[in-house]
Amino acid sequence: MTQTRLLEMIVGAFVILGVMAVFFLTMRVSNLASQGNSQDGFVVQARFENIGGLKVGAPVRLAGVRIGRVTGIQIDPQTFEAVVSIEVASRYNYLPDDSNASIYTAGLLGEQYIGLTPGGSERPLQAGDTIRFTQSALILEQIIGQFLFSKAEEGLSTPATPKP
Amino acid sequence: MTRILLLPFQIAFDFVQSVGQSVLFLGQILLALPGLLLRPGLVIQQMYMIGVLSLVIIVISGAFVGMVLGLQGYTTLVDFGAEESLGTLVALSIVRELGPVITALLFAGRAGSAVAAEIGLMRATEQLDGMAMMAVDPVRRIVAPRFLAGFLCMPLLAAIFSLMAIGVLGAYLIGVELLGVDAGAYWSQIQAQVDFNEDILNGIIKSLAFGAAVSWIAVFQGYHAAPTAEGVSRATTRTVVVSSLVVLGLDFILTSLMFGGV
Repeated sequence: MTQTRLLEMIVGAFVILGVMAVFFLTMRVSNLASQGNSQDGFVVQARFENIGGLKVGAPVRLAGVRIGRVTGIQIDPQTFEAVVSIEVASRYNYLPDDSNASIYTAGLLGEQYIGLTPGGSERPLQAGDTIRFTQSALILEQIIGQFLFSKAEEGLSTPATPKP
Repeated sequence: MTRILLLPFQIAFDFVQSVGQSVLFLGQILLALPGLLLRPGLVIQQMYMIGVLSLVIIVISGAFVGMVLGLQGYTTLVDFGAEESLGTLVALSIVRELGPVITALLFAGRAGSAVAAEIGLMRATEQLDGMAMMAVDPVRRIVAPRFLAGFLCMPLLAAIFSLMAIGVLGAYLIGVELLGVDAGAYWSQIQAQVDFNEDILNGIIKSLAFGAAVSWIAVFQGYHAAPTAEGVSRATTRTVVVSSLVVLGLDFILTSLMFGGV
């Protein structure tokens, strides 16, 4: 009889260990604990001329703190702009409606995210609003192209030194 | 001459027959499972044999796999100055792939072969026929408890393996304690990148599928072993070979179902 009890104890300990391992993986390794998956928020839109490499699911940050994420990216057929839907967690319902949305890159090789800079308006941003002030993603080739172009301009505009 | 010509057909028919046989056998096992509620002692005993006795190999392998991943990942990432991402690299590869798959392969080698040899020896020594004579259904008494125990133990073992590899001994020991990755960065990177539904849940589903497959193959091969010493050895060998191949193939199918659309 004691044999059976010992066996049951050992198996019980094993099962508890396994379940603890699953629980630990869930809580410590995954993002389930740190961020509620079922956070409902309100959706606002922002229009960008160019969104670079922004993807659905990218974080939206205010002062570096994640306050929401990108839920959809579409093209406006009239203006050919990118229309980005942003879901902001409902507890951030005090953002001024003239806030500025810019697309930044986290680190050198990081993913792109939207950074919000608060404005000074009294009226808070509400569901269905469109963020008016936006800054597109910096496209590296365009910047380099502009730089080279301006260098070339400089080179042309410098007057040739007269020969003595 | 005609026999040689007919050989491919022979092999094909044999294969189809064994597939049908194993599916019917699985049906028998599933029908026998509710009866186990009356005899939980049988399942507990098998969980000891299959699960607890496999713990040592699982824990040690998990630790070493984690250490190797930590070392390799670090040497690669440090060139990019991205050694903080070591946690992400190790955690995703372990939770999604290596944890379930390596555990299933070790499980097939350690527990599957033992089950097949045990049942095969019972077949060879006519114990199974003796049970049937005494109106004890061998599928209910011998096969079903082992199948259920394997099915239940596999996810637990895989979770322990993953935990060992990521957090306790493996990559954590090498990356954080030895090579000096910041512990806070290590964990926060892991938490930022590993998703519960995407990664952990899929890993658990995978290990359940592998547990069912390996247990099914082991009990089938043992039960239908030829009643000789050679037959038992062939059943054991075939269990390890077939279940390893099935685990790897199933892993590809499940991975493409889970992560293919992403």
